[in-house]
Amino acid sequence: MSLLSIHDLVAEFDSPSGIARAVDGVSFDVQPGEIFGIVGESGCGKSATCRAILRLFGGAPARIAGGRILLDGVGDLAALHERQLAQVRGRDVAFIFQDPLTALNPTMKIGRQITEVIRRHQNITRAKARAAALQLLRDVHITSPERRLDSYPHELSGGLRQRVVIAMALALRPRLIIADEPTTALDVTVQDQILRLLKERRDRLGTSIILITHDLGVVSQICDRMAVMYAGRVVETGPVREVLDSPSHPYTQALLAALPGQVGREQALTPIEGAPPSLISPPPGCRFAPRCKLAQPDCAIGPPPPLHARDGVSSGHVDACILNEVAHGAA
Amino acid sequence: MFLAILKRLLMLIPVLIGITLISFLLLQIMPGDPASRAMGSRASAEDLQAMRELWGLDKPIWVQYFYFLRDCVTGSFGVSIFHKQPIITLVADRLPYTLAIVLYSTVIALVIALPFAILAAANRGRFLDVAIRQIFVVLIALPPFWLCYVLILWLALNLGMFPTGGVGTGFFENLYRLFLPSLVVGLSTAALIQQSLRAALIDAMKADYVDTARAKGLRGYEVFLRHILPNSLISTISIIGVRVSWIIGGTVVVEKIFSVPGLGSLLIDSIVSRDLPVIRGLTVFFAILVVTVNLIADICYALADPRIRLE
Repeated sequence: MSLLSIHDLVAEFDSPSGIARAVDGVSFDVQPGEIFGIVGESGCGKSATCRAILRLFGGAPARIAGGRILLDGVGDLAALHERQLAQVRGRDVAFIFQDPLTALNPTMKIGRQITEVIRRHQNITRAKARAAALQLLRDVHITSPERRLDSYPHELSGGLRQRVVIAMALALRPRLIIADEPTTALDVTVQDQILRLLKERRDRLGTSIILITHDLGVVSQICDRMAVMYAGRVVETGPVREVLDSPSHPYTQALLAALPGQVGREQALTPIEGAPPSLISPPPGCRFAPRCKLAQPDCAIGPPPPLHARDGVSSGHVDACILNEVAHGAA
Repeated sequence: MFLAILKRLLMLIPVLIGITLISFLLLQIMPGDPASRAMGSRASAEDLQAMRELWGLDKPIWVQYFYFLRDCVTGSFGVSIFHKQPIITLVADRLPYTLAIVLYSTVIALVIALPFAILAAANRGRFLDVAIRQIFVVLIALPPFWLCYVLILWLALNLGMFPTGGVGTGFFENLYRLFLPSLVVGLSTAALIQQSLRAALIDAMKADYVDTARAKGLRGYEVFLRHILPNSLISTISIIGVRVSWIIGGTVVVEKIFSVPGLGSLLIDSIVSRDLPVIRGLTVFFAILVVTVNLIADICYALADPRIRLE
């Protein structure tokens, strides 16, 4: 039984030039205790997908326009009322935002920001919530946590602030943590500590994590399975090792070829020519076709191709390239 | 914090010396003889001479300034020609009314501005937002004296809900009697606060920490009251500070029309009766008030925003 199962999710954003479908028919599953990576370039809809799960669109005029978000034991999050969804947020599913510098309220002490989430979902005293907050800061390896409780966010470094954000996310032992580029704003050594912290949590408590990133190195480091997104759609998904070692969608292949200087790799990096298509009026057929070196005339016809399994592979490695479909079909 | 405030107070000394110098010189360069202006054209030469000696006008200019400075430091701010009383006594009688209008109008402004700012921010870009903005623009544009008379004619004379002016005794009677003058002052303050608060609210609503708060599962009103509003009100504090400094000198017209015996009325009366020391003393006193209000605003700002340090 999957912990989270997303079917044909569609999320729309209003923009001055029309309605943009930032998420257009996305489906994937997250298993209990799994770290699931979502990669793709800026604007591919990876962040919008995850924000749609908890309907946190950052004040943008956006809505879920279709699909189901099934959370084990709760039901379809997309069908819940705002009030009911608020019960799920923080308790069953927690969110870690990209920029720890702006993710904390500058005028509220750290301790209060942590106890706030605890007291929202549990009926406990202020003192007990504070003790719990103290333990949470210890759990994320913050030194002299007593002092930190009474600090304001601006008195902490970026790495410390992200630890506080993580402590808040861990507070109620949610079954799923959604981390939206949690390390992008941090320097490399801190990045590594934060990733280890998340992995440690999964290993100890079996918390599932959805990790959004544009860094394939991060994905190969800690993720179990992954999805590659392009222009609002998942183009390939499967176990990390299989996707990265034998990518089957031309976009994933191009993405890997664009990686800079890996050790033992002699070839020069190859950029992907062109730019992603408009999400307001996307091209027909495969959305990557206009930039794809392998594109055939058939690629730019009809609705976007669905995900389908490769022949003889039962590990759930699927992609959305019709060339593979044709090849497998003919074989 | 305490040391920083003390430092700020010490830094005010040179500012205040500069203010006394300017207010002294401004009245010195006014044409004509203060004694004859005060006594009128039919005064005898002996009387004029006696008047000059009484006020020290026969002394060199720097001695006169020294006397003025002495009066400011000892706290009397000089002696009124017309009332024959130390200026500080006149000020002490009238300051409560002016301060009452300042505070009362600010409270009225907040009560009006807060809901409309929230309403406008929640409906930004839509009809309601635009309509609210237009109404407040009109409120700013209305001349206060006109608004005073409209309110007197409509609410006081036609409907008889309020007195046409004057003050009473006791807190609640004055709360009632000072409502119209405070409303006039408060309406334009409300317009200023509404516009800045609306913009601050819209900014705060988009802030990442608001998403964090919602991700905790907080209810809409909790997110608003704990996260959006406190951060938006910070910018309003500085607006109120600037506005209050302005109102202190700006209640003149309103006080006069509603017969409120405040500092503004005193200033007008003193100008009419050519009571030069009072004009000079009031100028210095207004300056002290403005500087104090600014200091208080800075302290409030530092208290509201932990990132700001008083230096």
